[in-house]
Amino acid sequence: MVEMVSRPYASAFEKFAAGNPDILCLSADLTSSCEIDGFRDRHPDQFVSMGMAEQNMMSFAGGLGLAGFRPFIHTFGVFMYRRPYDQLMASVAYPRRKVRLMGFLPGITTPGGMTHQSIEDIAVMRSIPNMSILETGDATEVESICEAADSIDGPVWCRVLRGSVPRLFDTPIRVGEMRVLSEGSDVLVVTAGITTEEAMRARSALSRAGLSIRHIHLHTIKPFDHAQLLDHIGSVRHGVITLENHVTEGGIGSLVAETMADAGVGKRLIRLGLKDTYAHGGSRAYLMRYYGLDALALVRGIETLTGQEFGITEDDLDHARVDDVHSLVKAEAL
Amino acid sequence: MRNEKTTEEVALGIRRRVFEHAMRNNGGYLSQACSAAEQLAWLYNEELRLGEPTLPAIPAPFGGVPSADNPDYHTGAGYNGPAAPEYDRLFIAPAHYALVAYATLIETGRMAPEGLEMFNKDGSSVEMIGAEHSPGMEVHNGTLGIGLSTGAGLAWGRKRRGEPGRTWVFMSDGEVQEGQTWEAVQACAHHGIDNLFAIMDVNDQQCDGAMSSVMDVGDIAAKFRVFGAHCVEVDGHDLNAIREAAAEPHEGRPLIILARTSPFHTMSILEERFPRLHYVRFKSEDERARFNVSIAADLGVAPVDLSE
Repeated sequence: MVEMVSRPYASAFEKFAAGNPDILCLSADLTSSCEIDGFRDRHPDQFVSMGMAEQNMMSFAGGLGLAGFRPFIHTFGVFMYRRPYDQLMASVAYPRRKVRLMGFLPGITTPGGMTHQSIEDIAVMRSIPNMSILETGDATEVESICEAADSIDGPVWCRVLRGSVPRLFDTPIRVGEMRVLSEGSDVLVVTAGITTEEAMRARSALSRAGLSIRHIHLHTIKPFDHAQLLDHIGSVRHGVITLENHVTEGGIGSLVAETMADAGVGKRLIRLGLKDTYAHGGSRAYLMRYYGLDALALVRGIETLTGQEFGITEDDLDHARVDDVHSLVKAEAL
Repeated sequence: MRNEKTTEEVALGIRRRVFEHAMRNNGGYLSQACSAAEQLAWLYNEELRLGEPTLPAIPAPFGGVPSADNPDYHTGAGYNGPAAPEYDRLFIAPAHYALVAYATLIETGRMAPEGLEMFNKDGSSVEMIGAEHSPGMEVHNGTLGIGLSTGAGLAWGRKRRGEPGRTWVFMSDGEVQEGQTWEAVQACAHHGIDNLFAIMDVNDQQCDGAMSSVMDVGDIAAKFRVFGAHCVEVDGHDLNAIREAAAEPHEGRPLIILARTSPFHTMSILEERFPRLHYVRFKSEDERARFNVSIAADLGVAPVDLSE
């Protein structure tokens, strides 16, 4: 049974930031939704309320960076790049300010629909010079995201999970590395964020079907260790399959595709994720099934890749967690 | 270096340099020199507390953009002196005023006249739209409306650190059409940022023409006040009025000076081009020659020799 951790960011951020006068906590009216309400109440001197005004917040944070502070900006990821993209470029990314962009509710982890779902943020951030990108896939990574982000000399985009988060790993994020979760020789599976748990759910069923899976989890998307990925690709027989909580253009599927093309790798690649589509509002489990982001979608993708049918059904997969959309650990559903 | 010239002399010198440059290059940001010369001359010649320049009088070529692979990167802020706690900082929020700002650096002895010869030349750091690495610049402001927010963040940070130096933002009135300007003012009021000072060149002009015809902004002084700034309106060509405005107490609020100006002040022939004054490019050699003679007479210099 997977250990579930309640609000790991809340305690991790407070532990990391409290008492460090150079760290500032900025919020755009989503303070409890980003689990920093306790920090605000206990450390008001380090908390700067910016209101619903993201454009000003982004340039203001650039000014704070110029004054030697390291602002951690908290809001839903989608609100941190779509409206204030110009400010993100000119005031944060170009001058390499040490602004830590803590984007909550990545992809379809929110029932809020199109306006709340950051489904193309990785594509955007990957194309911004000077930007680094981290993504959390479990409670341990959420607990270590602040140290990891703050170790980077420049701006960092972070996809942060909130609420009740499973603990899958026992070591913190080490920027620039990747996690090797299994070392099989048939198919390479590359996942990040919440799709890693899905791939782990499929592992035993695939093993029973006689397939040897090599599974890589990415917490660091930029910078990226292309050479190590190529080594893993070279270790498998059939090819590569990626599964991401993001559109398949510009995210980790594209990252793998570019790596393979640049190196002239002739193996097959299947990219799973949101297929040139917006999502709508609904529970995470429903959305992952509906849009083909879950363990079963991965199994079907692997069947396509290998040209085999394993007869695996939902019943054969490891138990899926069912989160209550309006549970207590989520201060607000949206 | 300060006060070798009067601020009136600096303002006249700015206009003469911009005029000469525009004549030689068949156009330029002439109207911005007309409207803003007193404000920039006053800032650099008397109001700002700045240290000695830390960068060479003749600007170095473009040295690359900020990057982990470019450790020698620096901004152009060194022309305003070091970023020490006691010194003021200045952002030129409308980066297309760069030509006027560069002329001000020359007139106040912070940059060599050769710097203006590099204006808008390939490979030069003296860019047409002031960049971070351009002389006198510290942040990119080419996208209008972000300057006051950046100034607010810097001012908040400096206040938190107990630095006595002030943060000044030179603004243009077109920026009030951007919502971000109002977000910045409300944030300053909410957080009591009173070590932030702005002087805005209110020349009623924008790229498309007169602001009233493009997007009327109404009573911006009243707007600034209700958003929480201390706002003073003055004649932007009256130095004593500007001096008095800067001395107004504004505890807990930023001070915003609206300098009402004329876009053809001291260059009366420019009025012929109204309302398209943003960038004046001469339409014929005849027009260029007429402007040359007329503006030269207005500024008390000989016409520029265009035969070179």
